Amino acid sequence: MTATPETLRRTALYDEHVALGARLVPFGGFEMPVQYAGILKEHDAVRQRAGIFDLSHMAQFELVGEGVADWADSLTTNAVGTMKPYQARYNLFCNERGGTHDDVLFYRLANRWLLVANASNAAKMWAHLKAHNERPDVRLESRHGQAALIAVQGPKAVEIVAPLCGGAASSAAELKYYFCAEGSVDGTPAVVARTGYTGEDGFELFVDGAEAARLWRRLLEVGKSYGLEPAGLGARDMLRLEAGMPLYGFELDEELSPLAGGQQWAVKMNKPAFVGKEALAAQLAADDYHRIAGFVLEGRVPARTGYPVFSGGERVGEVRSASIAPSYGNRNIGTALLPKTAIAVGTPLEIEIRGARHVAQVVSLPFYKRER
Amino acid sequence: MAQPEGLLFSKEHEWLKIDGDVGTIGITDYAQNSLGDIVYVELPRVGHEIKQFSSIGVVESVKAVSDLFTPISGEVIEVNGGLETDPALVNRDAFGAGWLYKVRIKGLNEKSALLSPSDYDALIAEAAH
Repeated sequence: MTATPETLRRTALYDEHVALGARLVPFGGFEMPVQYAGILKEHDAVRQRAGIFDLSHMAQFELVGEGVADWADSLTTNAVGTMKPYQARYNLFCNERGGTHDDVLFYRLANRWLLVANASNAAKMWAHLKAHNERPDVRLESRHGQAALIAVQGPKAVEIVAPLCGGAASSAAELKYYFCAEGSVDGTPAVVARTGYTGEDGFELFVDGAEAARLWRRLLEVGKSYGLEPAGLGARDMLRLEAGMPLYGFELDEELSPLAGGQQWAVKMNKPAFVGKEALAAQLAADDYHRIAGFVLEGRVPARTGYPVFSGGERVGEVRSASIAPSYGNRNIGTALLPKTAIAVGTPLEIEIRGARHVAQVVSLPFYKRER
Repeated sequence: MAQPEGLLFSKEHEWLKIDGDVGTIGITDYAQNSLGDIVYVELPRVGHEIKQFSSIGVVESVKAVSDLFTPISGEVIEVNGGLETDPALVNRDAFGAGWLYKVRIKGLNEKSALLSPSDYDALIAEAAH
């Protein structure tokens, strides 16, 4: 007997992707566009003009009640209680061993919070949140698959999106990075957030699934004269790697702590208690954990996830993410999990590719930083 | 999509053009389109003897590594040097400037194991289902 293949879900924008000629692949339980015109073209559109992404596969949880900040602070590494209204903040959930359960974004709205989790972790996170909530003053609701999320990213994103924003979001162009407003976009109720995952300026727009396709088409139409193009998960992965941002399953996982994954800045050890704190304190004290570093290869042969990494002739680690990097001189870059002794910038490395060792070296993250 | 006439095809999506005892080999337009942006091509060295349907190199796209199989046996007599600096030539012109390598063919009888343009069309039409 063969296992029944898992039925893939579709976002509210599925028909739009098909109409645009997207190549669809399974991702996080959804059928998602990995590319439209081509990953390199889409990457360049985002860096030079703007790209529009469907992120509706990501899990959206709504948290309501007086106790949300306190409760969330007991489960996460970064501070939630200090968030101002309409602020957004990156955060991580750990397991008791300090490994990462998920990396997420919190958005604080007027009377509720949005928690956006990775699609691949949606079921796991929903179970985790429910299992850890016995408080009457915290109510949880999953909007996964109903609510849509559209991102417009790139230097032209503000010019494209801001004029369509209304209500409390009407001054979207003045929104600070990692802040949001609750208003409308082209007449559709929306949370407009100055957030993203590409290393570019831009917006993420939370709208109801029923309105998503109309808004998507409108944004493409308005954005046409600015060179806006639909961009898929392939371009998104390349953009986030260049920008030094971790991707769950690669730089972070149940075995890799936020410290190992390079997210120490988002671990607040001065919080009284949170899941995984003791384990992270022990890791910090011992300071002997393997950690993520950036590397660049000499030559034109790309690295891939899982390739062995050598330092001083010894096998010391493995490649976690890798790509060609148009915003880093078209060189082959990546991240590797390495011992503390091999992460200093300039450390010579060798990466084994089909049996041959290729020269690489440790470089600082991020690979790409936009000019502000 | 109709394939160019005068070429032979393998099930692994390589094409072969025969000119006397010289065979020119590339990957098909269907293959380059499926792979997406090609960023690296690893080819056999000139002078190497390669055997029909054996793995002789790789094509790497942004997302994946794919093995290359030779549609015919022979001695490699030339590789497309232009691919070293511009592997996307394969994307832009898979049947022309994006050719991969040339071999001195030993046994033309191996042709019988390859597909005609219409047979290859049927193969990729089936793959689309």
